Amino acid sequence: MNPRLQTEPGTPASTTVPQTRRSNAPSTRTVLAVFLAALAFAPMVLPEFQVTLLNYIGLYALVALGLVLLTGVGGLTSFGQAAFVGLGAYTTAVLTTATELPGWIAWAAGSPWLALLVGLVLTAVVAILIGSITLRLSGHYLPLGTIAWGISLYFLFGTMDILGGHTGMTGIPPISLFGWELDKGGEIFYLIWAFLLAAVLTTRNLLDSREGRAIRALKGGMVMAEAMGVNTSRSRMVIFVIAALLACASGWLYAHMQRFVNPTPFGLHIGIEYLFMAVVGGAGHVWGALVGAGVITVMKQWLQDLLPQLLGASGNFEVIVFGIMMVLILQRARDGIWPLLAKLVPVRAVHKQISASAEPLARRPMPAKGELILEAKNVTRKFGGLVANNNMSLEVRAGEILALIGPNGAGKSTMFNQLSGVDTPSAGEVLFRGQPVAGKDSREIARMGMSRTFQHVKLLPTMSVLDNVAIGAHMRGSRSVLPSAWRLDRAEEARLLKEAARQIERVGLGEHMFAEAGSLALGQQRILEIARALAADPCLLLLDEPAAGLRYKEKEALGDLLRRLRAEGMAILIVEHDMDFVMNLVDRVVVMEFGEKIAEGLPDEVQKNPAVLEAYLGGVE
Amino acid sequence: MMLARVETNTATRTVLEVRDLTVAYGKVEALTKANLVVGEGQIVTVIGPNGAGKTTMLSAIMGLLGSKGEVSFDGSVEGVPSVERMVTRGMNLVPEKRELFGEMSVEDNLLLGAFQRYRGGKRDHRETMEEVFGLFPRLKERRRQLAGTLSGGERQMLAVGRALMARPRLLMLDEPSLGLAPLIVREIFRIIAELRRRGVSILLVEQNARAALQVADYAYVLETGSVAMEGPARTLADDPRVIETYLGLGGKHQDMLAT
Amino acid sequence: MNLQIAMLLGQDGMTNGAIYALLALSILLVFTVTRVLFIPQGEFVAFGALTMATLQAGHAPALVWLLALLAVIATIADLLAGRRDTGRYRFGTGQALRLGYPFVLIGLIQVLPLESLPMALQAALTLALVVPLGPLCYRLFYQPIANAPVLILLIVSVALHVAMVGVGLLIFGPEGARTQPFGEGGLELGPITLNAQTLWVLTASLALIVALYLFFERTLYGKALRATAVNRVGARLMGISPVFAGKASFFLAALIGALSGILIAPITTIYFDSGFIISLKGFVGSIIGGLASYPVAALGALLVGLIEAFSAFFASTYKEVIVFTLIIPFLLWRSLTSRHVEEEE
Repeated sequence: MNPRLQTEPGTPASTTVPQTRRSNAPSTRTVLAVFLAALAFAPMVLPEFQVTLLNYIGLYALVALGLVLLTGVGGLTSFGQAAFVGLGAYTTAVLTTATELPGWIAWAAGSPWLALLVGLVLTAVVAILIGSITLRLSGHYLPLGTIAWGISLYFLFGTMDILGGHTGMTGIPPISLFGWELDKGGEIFYLIWAFLLAAVLTTRNLLDSREGRAIRALKGGMVMAEAMGVNTSRSRMVIFVIAALLACASGWLYAHMQRFVNPTPFGLHIGIEYLFMAVVGGAGHVWGALVGAGVITVMKQWLQDLLPQLLGASGNFEVIVFGIMMVLILQRARDGIWPLLAKLVPVRAVHKQISASAEPLARRPMPAKGELILEAKNVTRKFGGLVANNNMSLEVRAGEILALIGPNGAGKSTMFNQLSGVDTPSAGEVLFRGQPVAGKDSREIARMGMSRTFQHVKLLPTMSVLDNVAIGAHMRGSRSVLPSAWRLDRAEEARLLKEAARQIERVGLGEHMFAEAGSLALGQQRILEIARALAADPCLLLLDEPAAGLRYKEKEALGDLLRRLRAEGMAILIVEHDMDFVMNLVDRVVVMEFGEKIAEGLPDEVQKNPAVLEAYLGGVE
Repeated sequence: MMLARVETNTATRTVLEVRDLTVAYGKVEALTKANLVVGEGQIVTVIGPNGAGKTTMLSAIMGLLGSKGEVSFDGSVEGVPSVERMVTRGMNLVPEKRELFGEMSVEDNLLLGAFQRYRGGKRDHRETMEEVFGLFPRLKERRRQLAGTLSGGERQMLAVGRALMARPRLLMLDEPSLGLAPLIVREIFRIIAELRRRGVSILLVEQNARAALQVADYAYVLETGSVAMEGPARTLADDPRVIETYLGLGGKHQDMLAT
Repeated sequence: MNLQIAMLLGQDGMTNGAIYALLALSILLVFTVTRVLFIPQGEFVAFGALTMATLQAGHAPALVWLLALLAVIATIADLLAGRRDTGRYRFGTGQALRLGYPFVLIGLIQVLPLESLPMALQAALTLALVVPLGPLCYRLFYQPIANAPVLILLIVSVALHVAMVGVGLLIFGPEGARTQPFGEGGLELGPITLNAQTLWVLTASLALIVALYLFFERTLYGKALRATAVNRVGARLMGISPVFAGKASFFLAALIGALSGILIAPITTIYFDSGFIISLKGFVGSIIGGLASYPVAALGALLVGLIEAFSAFFASTYKEVIVFTLIIPFLLWRSLTSRHVEEEE
């Protein structure tokens, strides 16, 4: 229900097929080509001042792009990116100007390109260090941490003698490319924008991949993603490091464009400005970074001239306007300017293509029918003095559906958490295929072949049904960040998407394949969760109230699906309130009340059990 | 789904009248055009299986959730019902999760129940608290204890007691028997009956249908977001369809299992 | 370093630490009640100090015009909101008082002999000018998005901080100011002399902390604020509206901020942008307290003050670096002891 900063990042053109809707609108490729052509001619026709402005926009956009990934997509806020820019700038400044360097680093002296390499490595190390301290903490500690290290690094730049103190360092050489010295604004322009465009494209590629889905799940879907086998801490670190590297590259370009550095552009206030750019432009969109950097940079120029005249005093009064503008944007249009702009230039809507020829993913061998899959032995769970589960035992076998039922508050959810390894019993144990579940994290349990749905649907509402289900198949792929960014993952991606599509068809959501998951009815969202769980190729399915909110026909279809899965040898445990649904479907029923098992048996036995009747309808005196 | 209008609630003077109340979570409707009437001094119960929209209904009436439709309380309609306004006007909700102030004492919890009255200049919280202690002597014994350390039954008593501190005209109880042992459930229902005797109108949402129908005057059965049945509680208590709704006894599964 | 210097540094550290402690408490209060990480807390310190200095210099503080402007905007916003909800423009006594208040102050400033007022009255006037900005800020910047995620509220805070620094420059100009000390002399305590201003700061901080304690423990309004921090939904069901709680906590935050500014202004030269660093040290304190514990936050802030004083002596250039990297071990400790919980709001 929360409004979010993020919406779905654009779908790249390369893996897509045109759709009939708006077929007379230009394709994204055409729009991009026009933009690139305009860019290529800009330094030739524009006055020098404008070119310089464009250079700055490019440099800022590079940093803001990192923030789009970090904040807009991943939900991690950083005010300290300027410090990483400084790291890149000072590294190259020191390496390219120093006359005597210690032996171990002397090889990198004098060459901007080697200095870039050193800067990137140094930044990655620093980012991993800072990230390992702050990234594990919940939401707000990270931004507070970034403020602290943003200030610390800034003061360090200003106080270290080797960095020239507050006066800074001069005499930085220009970058040369194949013997061509980029010492004019109109020349380095091409390098800056090449860096930016390359970064935009790789970021887009990355977001449209197996890793990308994991990254996009960070915002609001971490519990779900972990249950699907995604290592979310790793994903957080990945985007944190990428954002830092982009900032470092921007700093390197900046140092060689300005030819001198001092601490001022790397202070916290600039770090804040970078975040403003990302949010103003549209933190959920890669192009939002460019728009935001453009708007803020141009406005700043304009306001710096206008406001002092207007107010009759000199000073950085543009920050008042920026501050108020930020507040208004966050209050009124949290997705920033980009979505509004995108509406003005309609491009053809495109969907991912499902390749029919992709090889199916390997499947795990199914256990033999009747094999004991899940066993709970005398599970007791106490919260303080409250006994939520008392001495509960149950077992589920391959090719069987077991229902766990009981009135509200009977302790079913607690039991479900013990079985799925989310919580650890105070006494007793849960064995999955003979191995204890306790002490394993959700990822390991998922890898062992247990897959689940959630009582309160957990999906990524702005992502397509296909992408949501593909998260389920995460563990069945292995291609990582670099192959994704450079499109070397396409064969595997096609297999993953094909598997996701297969599961979507199987549960009967085929016609909604490309719809936003959030636009489905609640019942369909629950079915989507089943498809996602199936995409993980499990041998045990734990379903938490799958029939809630379904219409009669949909319930019948769900029943049929579960029967088919049972016939294939799947072990299924469902927690359900809809008695009609349960009684028609399952093999055995376990009834709970007050945390204890009060009945177990065949459905029709259980229904006649007086204890069950009393539990459900309440006691009468 | 069966839509059976047995009759409508023809109370002499209505305290609460809900018309066409609709609540949507995003694009999903959780409650569709629900109508409901609570008469002065009545106990009206809303029963139905889990996920039927009972809690949603109470939250919307209270103004905790945005909704469409009309809620008329004590004769006047609130365009945008806000919780604070409803509390000031004498409506109180004891939510399913109780929402106690766990890190504060029992006495402070009760005192805060009278916040809105105190703010409005009615400083009679000491007497009200004595009355609440009269109803729940257990709370008096534990007045210095932190609310978070109470047992399930005591928490429920505190939640009800806290709501009573506002001297409500209409008390809405969401699943007061939830997770409580039978003996305590009986105690809670005894208190509900006692409150009615003192002139408080009550809207009771329950899963424990038998107990609810026994204590109530009038009942509504909610199923997948809309009112499926309504009628005097005594009539519904004997209606076999109510049991079907809960236990799925009417289904065809017996036949299926036979084959 | 000898004992004499150590005592002197300790005194310095305690004085600043007491101020940081007040700010840490205020930051914690605002966060637990409204989930807002109140970065602009420091601007209230600067505004308090600089307004006091303006009054002592005998000038009419331009801040009153900001107050008037915000009051007018808030009134318009209220009218529009009233129309949206009920279809009618409603203008109650509350709105009338809020709208009239800054104009009464404008009149007062014109007639009062600002320069020659007793210092207590100057301080009172400063508070009367600065403190209402707190609830106004809540009304205009936070109330419309009170239910937004903590991160959004934090970005709004940073934006508001940036804007307020700009406004501070506009109102007070780039020059720093120092106010007259509250008293002369000091207290002989064995080998060292306790500076009068130090005594003032320590006593006033302690008194304020006790007053806050009594407010939260003994009064129904204080309990209502605590209740909101403990359980937001529960508090709403008691009729404690989030708007009331928000405005009340921002009132207290502005009060604590402005008072801190008045206390610190005779010791340190305060510029329009000095508040930020001061309040960040309060933040370090509240982070040490895990954004949850009042006593630990206050002690943490005191520690920050002491460490700052001693590192100023040993490594003055790295003073700020040392203070801000101080939070890293605490963050590390928290990251090792607490499991990441997904924010579900």
